Amino acid sequence: MTAQEVRLCGLLLQEHFGEVVERIGTHLLRGGAQNLRTIANETNTPLDLVKKSLCVLVQHGACEFGSGRRGPGSPVEYRANCERVLRVLRYPRYIYTAKTLYGDTGELIVEEVLQRGHMTMSNTVKTVADRLTHNMEEGRSMEYSEVVSAFSKLVETHFLQRCPPVAEMGTAASSTTPATPSTPAAPASTAPPTAESNPDCYKLPHVTLIGRGKRRRSSDDSEEQRGGKKAKMEVESCGDEGIYWQVNFERFHQHFRDQAVISAVASKLDQTSSEIVRTMLRMSEVTTTQTAAYTQPLSANEIFRSLPPNYSISRPILDQYLSLLVDDPMEFVGKSGDSGGGMYVVNLQRALANLARATLESVVQERFGSRSARIFRLLLRKRHLEQKQVEDFAMIPAKEAKDMLYTLLSENLVQLQEIPKTPDHAPSRTFYLYTVNQLPTARLLLQHCYKTVANLIERRLFETKENKRLLEKSQRIEAILASLQASGAEPEQLTEVEEMITAPERQQLEALRHHINKLDSTENQVDETVFLLESYIFSTKTK
Amino acid sequence: MAGLGRGRGRGKGYMSFSIEAVGIGKGENLPPSILQPTPLFPPMEHKPVPLVMGEEAEYMLALKQEFRGNMKTLPFYVRQAVSKKDVERYSDKYQNSEPSDNTIEWNPDWKRLPKELRIRVKKPLKENTSLSVDTPVDPKPSKKTRVDKEEIIHKLETLEKKEEEVTSDEGEKKKQEEEQQDGEEEYDEEEFEEETDYIMSYFDNGEEFGGDSDDNMDEAIY
Repeated sequence: MTAQEVRLCGLLLQEHFGEVVERIGTHLLRGGAQNLRTIANETNTPLDLVKKSLCVLVQHGACEFGSGRRGPGSPVEYRANCERVLRVLRYPRYIYTAKTLYGDTGELIVEEVLQRGHMTMSNTVKTVADRLTHNMEEGRSMEYSEVVSAFSKLVETHFLQRCPPVAEMGTAASSTTPATPSTPAAPASTAPPTAESNPDCYKLPHVTLIGRGKRRRSSDDSEEQRGGKKAKMEVESCGDEGIYWQVNFERFHQHFRDQAVISAVASKLDQTSSEIVRTMLRMSEVTTTQTAAYTQPLSANEIFRSLPPNYSISRPILDQYLSLLVDDPMEFVGKSGDSGGGMYVVNLQRALANLARATLESVVQERFGSRSARIFRLLLRKRHLEQKQVEDFAMIPAKEAKDMLYTLLSENLVQLQEIPKTPDHAPSRTFYLYTVNQLPTARLLLQHCYKTVANLIERRLFETKENKRLLEKSQRIEAILASLQASGAEPEQLTEVEEMITAPERQQLEALRHHINKLDSTENQVDETVFLLESYIFSTKTK
Repeated sequence: MAGLGRGRGRGKGYMSFSIEAVGIGKGENLPPSILQPTPLFPPMEHKPVPLVMGEEAEYMLALKQEFRGNMKTLPFYVRQAVSKKDVERYSDKYQNSEPSDNTIEWNPDWKRLPKELRIRVKKPLKENTSLSVDTPVDPKPSKKTRVDKEEIIHKLETLEKKEEEVTSDEGEKKKQEEEQQDGEEEYDEEEFEEETDYIMSYFDNGEEFGGDSDDNMDEAIY
């Protein structure tokens, strides 16, 4: 948990859950596992507010609780999960992906589950059906069965998963363990159970949800209320109480990674080769684990059979493409054998490393110019070079090369490695070599990205605060306009109300909106880089 | 680092390593050393690449802003109860719409949370159009308060009948008002949830009061 990460988490919590939750969350992130009393005392917050905030955090999976350090008798300790809070930044991307894969219904399902942290299936279906009905024309409503089918598709492809069962604490655990009572009861599982450890993780509950979405109308209140009560009764007797569903972020990340690899292949080679890689990845979706370095080997025959029907290429051409992919220096695809017409794998880890390297190079290029980028790429490839060698290989005059190297050095993108000739490390008899290490540099850039996003959010909050008065005024006027229009006012009245905002104020509002939109979309874009770097770093961790 | 700075207290220009090794020639002009922090907004030599624009980016932007807006309306957005610094008003007892610290506005699954986190669930205001998931506890208290209300009214009625000054007109009038109250389902439940000293139906606004009991002048009319 670096300082930048904690700062960014704090801002995200503040924007989505309020300042109280932000205070509690930041305190937990900084301080590690703590119990309820400690949190309340150290943050000077009333106990009930602390309880409320912890409920919110646990609901959204940002906080876990477990029995304390001193065994099952000690008070419950809470631990915040930094990574989970940082995911909030990527929510729009998840929702958009669900939309591209499963349409509007899928999009709304994922949005609802993300908003509420975790939900039961029946609850989700009802809410989504109502929302869809609200957007449809008069007289039409959404069938529950359609929503259920979209939900089950999401579960089948593992985008949604069941929440892990809560570990029993206290007396219940000690009664179930058959161990002798004299031995001190060590906690059965020190780590909280993950979702994947549950064998029923992706099993849909057997509930029959029959009904249609209800449209919210202001005219027939009483009918709506009665209808609402009836629907509530239906939901309660649905039988899937206690089975909560959450979004499976890892699966979405897998999808994003596949997308990144495919688009890299498409831009480096051509569309057909990217289709081949897409087919290979699709075939190995279920057989590849999260942290696999490469997919399972696939024979060329299988690939040929599984190609999409509109991409009818002949068998020898497929072989040519495959050999082209294998020979490519990017090493996206590797050949692992010759049986079945050639066994091919997609090198996921290497692909990620290459993507991260391309990101680093492009960062250096945009910040320091293409010649510094040339030096950087050189050092990445040749590992260790002396000052003189850098000048020669990069074909840059000495003075400029020196200047660029020192700039890169001061930014910590390039490191200096000493190699002593003599045991006394005399400076005149030591080699000083410039070097670039990809992994530490990637980590550095990732921290920079977190800092960038935090700065963007702060700037956006600042801009909003500066123009708060103006924003409130425009909101009030919009509300007045809406109510006037609803009650059928004449155009003169509407223009009169509209003129309450003067022209320079309107311009100011327009500029403000433009700035905020720009800041927001920048956050989304930085998050793409964050994802790439995070995936790369994660892939190197688990060997 | 490799000692690129000046050696402490050794005089100007002496470094712990030979400068030629790092590539600085003899007598070359080094850039002057900077003795102040870098400026807050340094001039950028290379302007950043423009943002990616397009349908996808705009849609995600809209999603993001909508999501943020929605989160502010959900009960997960915890607001600290603001204590009013003004004079304590009578209506505060009956119109408390501010979130209070010791209640939680949504109904989590308490089986998934440790026991110590359990706090009172605030019953949501009976909104006409929303289909919020009410707690199953809801119908009972409202019935209970209605039962309470009816009990209290009943008690008062019997008390009134005992008092002989009260005319039958007033009794009838009160019964009418009570029936009206029972019929109105959309009355603000919150007012009845609090332990009130006065029943809302007991106090009427006085419009019918003056007209009916004109003939009963021995009781003082306030």
